[in-house]
Amino acid sequence: MPTTANVVYQYDGSFDGLLCSVFESYDKKEIPLDIVLPDATQMMLVPIKNIPTDSGKAKRVLASIPAKIGFLALDFVQHAFLTCFTQKELYILLFLRLGYRHGANVMEMLADDVVHTMVKAVRHLDRESHLFKGFIRFSIFNHILVAEIEPKNYVLPLLLQHFCERYPEERFLIYDKTHGMALVYQPYQSAIIPIDDLVLPEPDEAEESYRELWQVFYNTIEIKGRHNPKCRMNLMPKRYWKYMTEFGNTQYNHRKVLKGQDGLLKALSHKELF
Amino acid sequence: MDVFEKLKILTDAAKYDVACTSSGVNKKTPKGGIGSAAACGICHSFSADGRCISLLKVLMTNVCAYDCKYCVNRHSNDTPRAAFTPRELADLTINFYRRNYIEGLFLSSGVLKNPDYTCEQMIETLRILREEYRFFGYIHAKAIPGADSALVSRLGMLADRMSINIELPSQDSLNLLAPDKSKHSILTPMRYIQNRIQENSMDLVKYKHAPKFVPAGQSTQMIIGATPDTDLQILNLTEGLYKKYKLKRVFFSAYMPVIENSFLPTIDTEPPLWREHRLYQADWLLRFYGFAANELLDEQNQSFNPYVDPKCNWALHHLDFFPMDVNRAPYSDLLRVPGIGVNSAKRIVTARRMTTLSFESLKKLGVVLKRAQYFITCKGKKNESFKITENAILQSLMSEKTRKEYQMKFSQREAIDQLSLFDMPFKVQPNFLQEDIVKCLQQQM
Ligand code: SF4
Repeated sequence: MPTTANVVYQYDGSFDGLLCSVFESYDKKEIPLDIVLPDATQMMLVPIKNIPTDSGKAKRVLASIPAKIGFLALDFVQHAFLTCFTQKELYILLFLRLGYRHGANVMEMLADDVVHTMVKAVRHLDRESHLFKGFIRFSIFNHILVAEIEPKNYVLPLLLQHFCERYPEERFLIYDKTHGMALVYQPYQSAIIPIDDLVLPEPDEAEESYRELWQVFYNTIEIKGRHNPKCRMNLMPKRYWKYMTEFGNTQYNHRKVLKGQDGLLKALSHKELF
Repeated sequence: MDVFEKLKILTDAAKYDVACTSSGVNKKTPKGGIGSAAACGICHSFSADGRCISLLKVLMTNVCAYDCKYCVNRHSNDTPRAAFTPRELADLTINFYRRNYIEGLFLSSGVLKNPDYTCEQMIETLRILREEYRFFGYIHAKAIPGADSALVSRLGMLADRMSINIELPSQDSLNLLAPDKSKHSILTPMRYIQNRIQENSMDLVKYKHAPKFVPAGQSTQMIIGATPDTDLQILNLTEGLYKKYKLKRVFFSAYMPVIENSFLPTIDTEPPLWREHRLYQADWLLRFYGFAANELLDEQNQSFNPYVDPKCNWALHHLDFFPMDVNRAPYSDLLRVPGIGVNSAKRIVTARRMTTLSFESLKKLGVVLKRAQYFITCKGKKNESFKITENAILQSLMSEKTRKEYQMKFSQREAIDQLSLFDMPFKVQPNFLQEDIVKCLQQQM
């Protein structure tokens, strides 16, 4: 039986790095108190063990998951890794340990604390990414569709397929401000790349008028006799409103190019995004 | 008139149609096209009345040759009129779609000139979208009653979903309020669409690439509260439409008074939102919970209980069905427990394969114990922390809002009298239960 060791693992933040932590945990027959990122505050009184990322070890662990616990579990763990749940790394380790013991059945142990906590975190991620499929708003600059979001979870990988299938002939960019990443697409290629800032040009006349038309539609479609702002708020929490055209966020909509040359502008002026 | 003004008028005229879902079909775009559809449907926004906005919902035109009394577009109403050209509307749709404002188009129309002409205008709009813009997103088109069946058929080849609104749930009401329509003129095209869907599904078996006819099926809508039709009538009709016409959805719309007319509720009548809500709950029970209409309402109880939802109401009338052992009960029985929904029932069935469930674990599976505890046992036991004498069963079954309304409406004595309203012939007479309810109602007054 592994013991809970008086140690905290530190990994490089990549999925491979996390898999190496799993490897380490089995190798040393120990369960760390936590698994943290390099920049985690160093106030802990426990010794920190640095786990180097080794692609060989990572591959071995990766291959063992579908083999011993099944593809569903692999998919589940990969999703869990995208969540904003603060202890996701430790819980993924605990989940995999359960999985190696119980096999594919672990996916049915919904009443178990570890499984339950992870399921909840993944549900939160799934819900958020589903909402963004609808709530994302693109502006069109120079034939390129551009959107900004501030998600809690790292949803871009989950939005990729949806938007690529929706706009196969377009060029588009979705900038995730929270994580400093962007999903970029041009006909039949996509990538998720780091972007530190995004500066948008002034909207042109067509863009302006479609925004206004949408606001006209949005304001007219309400049945005044059924006004129910609380219900709206439940279904579409306020944090999503910031980038939504219907709320005519002027600050956002009429933002000028103030900042430097970095980010999108550069990307936009290049013919190819890749 | 510019597009802004047209959009305003034609949105305003379309907004009483409730259907806005984009669900029921999964589609991917082939190369060179634009648009996809997800079977679960995607909400793109919510209007300030809390309703989902998924589709650009507008009328082709609000000019109408007919004079349905309940409708804002009726011929005799003095209101500004407008009409989109097919090109204008197609452009608007595609530009909204590219910006991810919408999932597609919901196109309906008043009867301009005659049903055939109107239908042709709609077809042209859809043709531009599908053929010129190669648009593969969701389109819901309203069939215009009285249009030639060849035109209805053409419209159906371009749309994902079609609907014909029944609007008034009985022939009497139709005669009174929609003199230009009849049950026949509504049900005939509905039957026609159903048959075409069926034929088409056979074609699809034979030829894999046969074009699809309304792949997301057809739906309809009924207005609630404009006429004296009862909940029972409406629910029976709904069930019949699912069974006989294979409809995908039936929508309900609380009547919003738009005109002073001696046949209609007065203009200051509040829309019966709670009735609409109960009907949707019951509709859900028909579609996903295996209930039949006659289990929920009957000749003695023609209206829904205003204080508890139809599922709780059923449970209170069938106490002999409970308590139920969650570790053994079949899925279909679990669905009948108040506080257990489709998701939590599925999770129960999955999780109990691995372990024997306790009340604690049920919470993790998303069961609303506050409601469910009265109706279930775990490992042969009732919830330990729950003492029946201290609990207010009925209170727990009412929603927060209803409870407040209930308190406001009735003084203490009336409240006790009012119990007859629940009319609960408890088959197994656990006396404490009746007493409990009385007590809890007294307490909260
Ligand atoms: S036919 Fe339709 S649009 Fe015309 S008045 Fe009747 S309900 Fe209204």
